[in-house]
Amino acid sequence: MSVLVLADHDLGALSPATARVVHAVAELGPVEILVAGEDIAAAAQSASSLAGVTKVLTAEGQFAADSLEMLLSTLAVRYHYLVASAGSVGKDVIPRLAAKLDLMPVTDIVAILGPNRFERPIYAGNALQTVTSNQSKHILTLRASAFRAAASGNAAPIEPLDVSGISSAAKVIAAHRTQSDTPDLATAQIVVGGGIAVGSAEGFQLIESLAKKLGAAIGATRAAVDAGYAPNDWQVGQTGKIIAPDLYIAIGISGALQHLAGIQGAKKIVAINTDAEAPLVKLADIALIGDLFEIIPQLIAELDKTGLKR
Amino acid sequence: MKILVAVKRVVDHNVRIRVRPDGSGVETNGVRMSMNPFCKHAVEAAVQLAEAGQAEEIVVVSIGPKSANDVILTALAMGAHRGILVETDAELETLAIAKLLAKIVAEENPDLVLLGKQAVDDDSNHVGQMLAALTGRPQATFASEIKVTGQGLEVSREVDTGRQTLALPLPAIVTADLRLNTPRNAALPQVMKARSKPLATRAAADFGVDLAPRLTVEKISPPPERMAGKTVGSVAELAAFIAADISQMEAL
Ligand SMILES: Cc1cc2nc3c(=O)[nH]c(=O)nc-3n(C[C@H](O)[C@H](O)[C@H](O)COP(=O)(O)OP(=O)(O)OC[C@H]3O[C@@H](n4cnc5c(N)ncnc54)[C@H](O)[C@@H]3O)c2cc1C
Repeated sequence: MSVLVLADHDLGALSPATARVVHAVAELGPVEILVAGEDIAAAAQSASSLAGVTKVLTAEGQFAADSLEMLLSTLAVRYHYLVASAGSVGKDVIPRLAAKLDLMPVTDIVAILGPNRFERPIYAGNALQTVTSNQSKHILTLRASAFRAAASGNAAPIEPLDVSGISSAAKVIAAHRTQSDTPDLATAQIVVGGGIAVGSAEGFQLIESLAKKLGAAIGATRAAVDAGYAPNDWQVGQTGKIIAPDLYIAIGISGALQHLAGIQGAKKIVAINTDAEAPLVKLADIALIGDLFEIIPQLIAELDKTGLKR
Repeated sequence: MKILVAVKRVVDHNVRIRVRPDGSGVETNGVRMSMNPFCKHAVEAAVQLAEAGQAEEIVVVSIGPKSANDVILTALAMGAHRGILVETDAELETLAIAKLLAKIVAEENPDLVLLGKQAVDDDSNHVGQMLAALTGRPQATFASEIKVTGQGLEVSREVDTGRQTLALPLPAIVTADLRLNTPRNAALPQVMKARSKPLATRAAADFGVDLAPRLTVEKISPPPERMAGKTVGSVAELAAFIAADISQMEAL
């Protein structure tokens, strides 16, 4: 049962999400990876090094959902599974591809229970749905944060595809990227999240200095994003990124159910909040009640004392 | 420009849902229902385009039981001109929904179809993309800004790496994200006026579309519960907890 995984990549580098998707689907059959986009040589190399990968296909060019759907539908005959991570590219193209092939996709999968049996959250993660599909092919997205990464050390062959006949009606005319040297939020081991209480973009520098100290990624609530304190790609939750770090430190975050939807996979949760009754304080493993502006600088100093190195 | 907006009636997003003990689904009896929040942003975007003189007609369509008339009326009160209810008591999969919408698009021939990016009940995030495939139109999902240009649309969208702007020719499909706008609450006179706007009801079964589900839902279960933790009294204790936790982490 052959599998094609659509790789996520940015600025020439393969996303850590792809290694997790590859590892998760390796049990379904031999895995090939498609790397489509511009400046993809290094990403294709990384893809070929992942354990379980038998071949890497490359498609050089600018793709939008419509052209990517066209490309994937021409490749679809060769595979039983067409899979992407549930990131913005996967969400954009996978349902489109499924409809084109007259198939019902299964998306946001958090567990693969068998060759055609999957688990996915609904209602902002307040319920889990187990579905089986008896369709001829399976068109899937996986939440990368729910799976472990494939090892590297492989050297699968890389094969360029001829994509000269494929073009998009939609054209990318601008991209505004968030500049940050913190780890990838969706797959980070530690995440420090800030809410509206952080108060300003400058306030988020405080969050950033704690994150730096811990080697953590930075997350934010929708409220903080809407207030302009944090960029939208930091948003964690039902409609932002879904994270499953070993440790999540939630600072000035109430714990609205749409936010909790994004952190259910966190192993340990720490909450810092002035309100002892906040839902997130109630479900945290450890909470400290108090003002974040007093606590964070002290916490950084205390962590220095413990000699913690990351 | 003519705009079609699709809206869904869902369990209100503020309701904490309860999974039925027998695993057959989520309790919806006696639970407050309302328009899916993202659909509201889509309706608002259409109304703003009309107010800016860039759209002449807004047709709003919902697929669901008779009670889905509520959310159509909400959209009409916000400023849409005409409603269509595609009536069915069955819970349809997103593929069937997209196929019904494609039939409506073929009849109405709108320049732009606006939808919410996802419904907060099944969280699928499929329908706009599927409709784009079935109608062969370009798409811009997760839109946070829509500008009408001479040639078509420029849409800024929220993506994993930040923001991206797409240029799309019309006709096109756009799905709305939260930052697109702030949906209005219609005042009572608008709500009254909405009742006199045209609202057609059509039976889903009459469209000649295969509505049978493709997936079997075996069960719905509650997520694993978290154990409540404890409160510490000082920053030093918190730092010690964090340092201990990190020292136990497996290296990736
Ligand atoms: C359709 C829809 C989708 C949504 N999707 C998401 C999503 O994906 N992600 C998301 O996060 N939200 C989402 N939201 C928004 C969500 O409902 C909440 O509004 C949001 O998460 C609240 O953010 P917050 O915790 O920053 O703010 P608030 O709820 O206002 O909480 C602020 C917290 O800070 C605490 N506080 C105040 N001052 C201090 C201080 N000095 N020190 C310490 N603590 C302090 C307060 O006690 C409070 O607990 C969505 C909403 C809707 C309707």
